[in-house]
Amino acid sequence: MSAAPHSASEFDAGLHDCRDTFARTLESLAEADERIVVVVNDSVGSSKLGGFKKRWPERTINVGIAEQNMVGVGAGLANGGKIPFVSCASCFLTGRALEQVKADVAYSNTNVKLCGQSPGIAYGELGPTHHSIEDLAWLRPLTNLLTIVPSDPQEMEAALRFAAAYEGPVFVRVSRYPVPAVPHTRAGLEPGKAEVLRAGDDVAILAHGVMLSRALAAADRLAAEGVSARVVNMAWMNPLDVGAVIDAAATGAVVTVEEASVRGGLGGAVAETLALNRPVPMEMVGFPGFVPTGSVDFLFEHFGLTAAGISAAALKAIGRKGR
Amino acid sequence: MSLTLAPAPVSGADRLDLVRAKALGIRRCAFTMVHDAQLGHPGGDFSAADVLASLYFGVMRYDPSEPRHPDRDRFIMSKGHCTGAFYSVLALAGYFPEAQLKTYMQPLSKLNGHPNRNYLPGIETNTGPLGHGLPVAVGIAIAGKLTGKDYRTFVLTGDGELQEGSNWEAAMAAGHHKLNRLTVIVDRNRLQQGDRTEATNGLDPLDDKWRAFGFHVEMIDGHDHAALLNVLGADPSGRDRPLCVIANTIKGKGVSFMEDNVSWHHGVPNAEQFAQAMKELI
Repeated sequence: MSAAPHSASEFDAGLHDCRDTFARTLESLAEADERIVVVVNDSVGSSKLGGFKKRWPERTINVGIAEQNMVGVGAGLANGGKIPFVSCASCFLTGRALEQVKADVAYSNTNVKLCGQSPGIAYGELGPTHHSIEDLAWLRPLTNLLTIVPSDPQEMEAALRFAAAYEGPVFVRVSRYPVPAVPHTRAGLEPGKAEVLRAGDDVAILAHGVMLSRALAAADRLAAEGVSARVVNMAWMNPLDVGAVIDAAATGAVVTVEEASVRGGLGGAVAETLALNRPVPMEMVGFPGFVPTGSVDFLFEHFGLTAAGISAAALKAIGRKGR
Repeated sequence: MSLTLAPAPVSGADRLDLVRAKALGIRRCAFTMVHDAQLGHPGGDFSAADVLASLYFGVMRYDPSEPRHPDRDRFIMSKGHCTGAFYSVLALAGYFPEAQLKTYMQPLSKLNGHPNRNYLPGIETNTGPLGHGLPVAVGIAIAGKLTGKDYRTFVLTGDGELQEGSNWEAAMAAGHHKLNRLTVIVDRNRLQQGDRTEATNGLDPLDDKWRAFGFHVEMIDGHDHAALLNVLGADPSGRDRPLCVIANTIKGKGVSFMEDNVSWHHGVPNAEQFAQAMKELI
């Protein structure tokens, strides 16, 4: 990753749409296990499940535009011995069907895999009705709903393979925004464990999903200014790696970065952990609330979800040390 | 292993006697629980008691010693607030000891105000918020079709509950998929928490609504055990669509001062009322 100012063009080479990995991995899993089915709300195309549907039309259950029923049907399929992957735009899956996610999936503890497609601000100009910056905050109190925010194709595949093998409810956030492959230090996704991608002593940047590569780019920029930044991959929102968060506080300053609201998501989870265990100055990079009209790239720039914005937040947190 | 009727099959008049006795048992157990806890929804417990007794003692195949047997018939109590009746029928059917009913809604009891499948055997999904049972039942019925199993799926909804739109999303899917082994039973007692259904957000003509969504509809007296056994017990194989049984019932059925009285939706009895009710429930 270069230390050049971040722009959308920075990642032009070798970018990936995680939905391609999502579709490919699901097909691979479905080949090996006939219990795997998908449940969609007329979202075959947007979930890139056209290939799956072609191969297994009877295992592609399209309930139409009816998200509450979609999640309930998923719970029922699990009751009948299936392993349903319920795939739908994250804004509707977690917003429209939140009570079904709570009661039928989490509280009932059913073997349902929820796949929140195109989360965050992936729908850009379509606006906040179609954005899903609230999903992580809404789901986080559902403590038995394991929640994974993959950063790139490797983690996308690992998340789905974990979800298929795990007996219980899982939510996977499936990003749409093109991302580079992150230089991981591990092969897959160690359940519940954060991943320190870069060592550093002055500040720790905790990020996941689309923002992880940007956090690494920010660390490059900071290094050029003589600041040593640790970068930690928080792909697991639930369970949160509390130990890794407390370790991060040893740097004396923490920054969280997420393609989500700053209220209640990764920032909230880390803030709670620090307040209870090891309070240090903290900055949260994310969206303050409903965002104005703009493309994804515009909105990332506008709200500082960029290498420049993240490094500025890191310097601000460092500046608050010892006050 | 194949499942048979539980308890052991009996026929004709004996079956009717059994169902009648169990329905009475459900009402007595449920009202005792509500009295002791001073909490619950006895009006709806009583309107549903005969449907529950008919299903568990005359229609469904299940084995309480193997509550998650893959071939079991499924029952979902979508009107999850009526746990007085639901827990009672589960206990009478042998899923857990009747003595456990005494813990109803006590601190840390497995018998929560609304059913939890992770606390007790025989519960398929956690209900309470209304409009959740039918979507799950549709998923179970689709799974049965995909796997070629012949289990049946039953779901009991309240009538006021049908004001929740999620039911109609699920009804549309059930009709579309021609889920002939799915049966929806509507406890049509015409009262909801605050008023009559038709004075609140009217449901009639309810049979036409279900027909329009692709169901075969039967309207019966929901306290007539013979009619319930006949309609619910009929082999669904010859049907090309899901079945909706509109069970016309009386909220509070069985106790004179409770019948068709909205205040007994979640009213609880004092000692005198309890004693009077127990005299009538014989």
